[in-house]
Amino acid sequence: MNAKTRIVVIGATSAIAEHCCRLWVERGPVDLTLVARDATRTERIATDLRVRGPASTVTVMTADFVDAKDIARVAKATTDAGAVDIVLIAHGAMPKQELCADIDFCRETLEINAVSPALFAEAFAGHFATANHGTIAIIGSVAGDRGRKVNYTYGASKGLIERYAQGLDHRFAGSGVSVVLLKPGPTDTPMAAEHKAKGRKLASAEQVARTIVQGIDRRKFVVYAPPLWQLIMLIVRHLPRFIFNRLSL
Amino acid sequence: MRPVSSWGRLSAAPHDVVELADRERIGDALAAHQPGVAYGMGRSYGDECLNPNGVLWNTAGLDRLISFDPATGRLVCEAGVVLRDIQRLMIPRGWSLPVVPGTQIVTVGGAIANDVHGKNHHGAGTFGDHVHTLRLVRTDGTVMGCGPDHQPDWFAATVGGLGLTGVIAQAELQLRPSPGPWLEAETVPYTGLDAFFRLSDEAPADWEHTVSWIDCTSGADVRGLFLRANPTALSPGRPWRSRARAMPVVPPISLVNGLTLRSLNRAYYALGTRHPGKRLVHYEPFLYPLDGIQHWNRLYGPKGFYQYQCVVPPGPGPQAVRDMLESIQRAGEGSVLAVLKTFGDRPPPGLLSFVAPGITLALDFQNRPGALRLFERLDAIVRQAGGRIYPAKDARMPREMFEAGYPRLGEFLPFRDPGISSAMSRRLMGS
Ligand SMILES: Cc1cc2nc3c(=O)[nH]c(=O)nc-3n(C[C@H](O)[C@H](O)[C@H](O)COP(=O)(O)OP(=O)(O)OC[C@H]3O[C@@H](n4cnc5c(N)ncnc54)[C@H](O)[C@@H]3O)c2cc1C
Ligand SMILES: NC(=O)c1ccc[n+]([C@@H]2O[C@H](COP(=O)([O-])OP(=O)(O)OC[C@H]3O[C@@H](n4cnc5c(N)ncnc54)[C@H](OP(=O)(O)O)[C@@H]3O)[C@@H](O)[C@H]2O)c1
Repeated sequence: MNAKTRIVVIGATSAIAEHCCRLWVERGPVDLTLVARDATRTERIATDLRVRGPASTVTVMTADFVDAKDIARVAKATTDAGAVDIVLIAHGAMPKQELCADIDFCRETLEINAVSPALFAEAFAGHFATANHGTIAIIGSVAGDRGRKVNYTYGASKGLIERYAQGLDHRFAGSGVSVVLLKPGPTDTPMAAEHKAKGRKLASAEQVARTIVQGIDRRKFVVYAPPLWQLIMLIVRHLPRFIFNRLSL
Repeated sequence: MRPVSSWGRLSAAPHDVVELADRERIGDALAAHQPGVAYGMGRSYGDECLNPNGVLWNTAGLDRLISFDPATGRLVCEAGVVLRDIQRLMIPRGWSLPVVPGTQIVTVGGAIANDVHGKNHHGAGTFGDHVHTLRLVRTDGTVMGCGPDHQPDWFAATVGGLGLTGVIAQAELQLRPSPGPWLEAETVPYTGLDAFFRLSDEAPADWEHTVSWIDCTSGADVRGLFLRANPTALSPGRPWRSRARAMPVVPPISLVNGLTLRSLNRAYYALGTRHPGKRLVHYEPFLYPLDGIQHWNRLYGPKGFYQYQCVVPPGPGPQAVRDMLESIQRAGEGSVLAVLKTFGDRPPPGLLSFVAPGITLALDFQNRPGALRLFERLDAIVRQAGGRIYPAKDARMPREMFEAGYPRLGEFLPFRDPGISSAMSRRLMGS
């Protein structure tokens, strides 16, 4: 038996995921596997985490996030090494909507934001079902709550993640496996650089990570971060179409 | 372009903010976007970290730790790491930063660029005294290492170099053993500057941290609180929790004004005298008393505020401090945050380091014409006494005042990076 909580982070170079990892290593020894596409940058994050939490174990693994075989390999390799307690699926990319007019680029955007996280979730779900243990945490977005003209390719992908998570949550009801869907609002990370340049108010990655880590601890199914977004999106979701379509949200 | 302010909130001009996040690729970012200047946490008060309508290189994303050796206490980290994070991580492990300014929300890069000092200057020197090496990236893409023993001329120019010699990418810092997060502290109320000087003279031998708050409305027979503390392994046996509060909005007018100044000062004094004698306090409220109230700088309203901080040499110092306090009281200006402290004799490592042996006085003033007129009188006193003003706090000193206060400026200038320019460098050095 491994005493340390074992956590696998998919998309570990994400600023939000990195802050989750900092919180985890700083509160006690954990066994972290960081999965991302770029070895050098991921190694740099691993080094930082080792300094922050010398009692933790941090390993780096690279993968092709849009290759189903590679996704299956990551899930198998990490679960074969011992029981995984948490998998955090964090990767995503939010391009300008106009770019998705290029159909090939649109496909890539759907693949990385919708298909890839769903495949990771499905792959880990298989292993967690066998072990009857584990938490599947996926980062969706408030953008998944209602399609909007500014980012509907990304938003629709996040919507798919929500349905997928719902299905998994239904499947694992009453079992040892839990599913957590995290929905950040606009957050100060490289992804939101354009929002920031426009002077929009953003939550800090650290603040969002705190809410995420807490949500995972509590195994809540849906967690908005910061929590205020729950109320905002309740209103946005229920705005009648004739009003909604006149707004440029 | 987005509006950026420094701590004094005197302006919010648009800046082209370039995020630095990859320490190996800083050179590319600088080459592609210049001239500009580095921006840390924007805790300098004036125009040192600003470049209106131009480029700012934001270092917030350079926040990774690189190595820590628990045998020697050496920490290598990127320049955007915030001192609070180092303290919170390392103090439980028995190590702490040897020098910290009065707020811990500053970056390692910013702390080096101003060669900041803390309440323990007499024993510990400045921040730069504890830097073994740093890595500097120039706008032409050159990357160089420097330290007190390696390229010492570059080191002396960069420490306290106002960000003008290059962008600091990372640094190796010497931490020192820490007995724990608690301090044994004592507050001694006093009246009159002589009492302050007496307390200051006695303190260095017995106290690690010393600083004094003064009531700048109390006149020549100034009333103050002398705060002193030593790190201790004792603990009150209860955990400490930071109670962060925030100033939620910018009030339409300054809440610190002629009407409130006197009573705010009285209240602070009364609060300070409530606990005479020794007691245990956590390092955070003692060393960073204002960090508990986020955005406290909003108190001064939409026009922002100035801080005036100078140091005057020991000989003429006491008289100069008396003269300054008198001018301030006569002008009816002043602040709740008047701080008086003596520096030790240790010469600082940077060509433009602010610290010098003598007495330092720091006060906040709401932004209004009277304050600017008062500063001219204070400048005259400081110059006469052979003192200088702290650029980290400055937004208005005349160029002659800077040149008079920093006689090694000529030695510094050849180390400037031609691709770096700030509102301050243009104001004080012409480019
Ligand atoms: C409440 C309060 C209390 C304070 N108390 C003290 C005190 O007790 N003692 C003291 O000495 N100071 C004190 N200060 C001032 C503060 O410590 C300095 O202004 C500090 O430099 C701010 O750091 P920063 O990271 O916010 O830098 P910024 O304010 O963003 O920038 C300051 C300068 O550093 C340069 N810089 C920043 N990062 C880099 C980098 N990576 N490479 C090169 N240049 C860089 C900038 O270009 C600029 O010239 C206080 C400030 C406040 C708000
Ligand atoms: N920031 C926000 O405002 C916001 C709001 C709501 C939801 N979210 C969600 O939060 C999660 C984390 O994002 P973040 O804000 O932390 O952004 P971020 O720092 O930009 O991180 C994005 C992550 O996705 C990875 N990624 C992107 N495209 C990839 C690809 N093709 N293959 C492999 N990895 C890829 C990136 O890897 P590289 O480092 O290799 O590029 C990086 O790890 C995402 O799911 C995002 O959708 C963010």
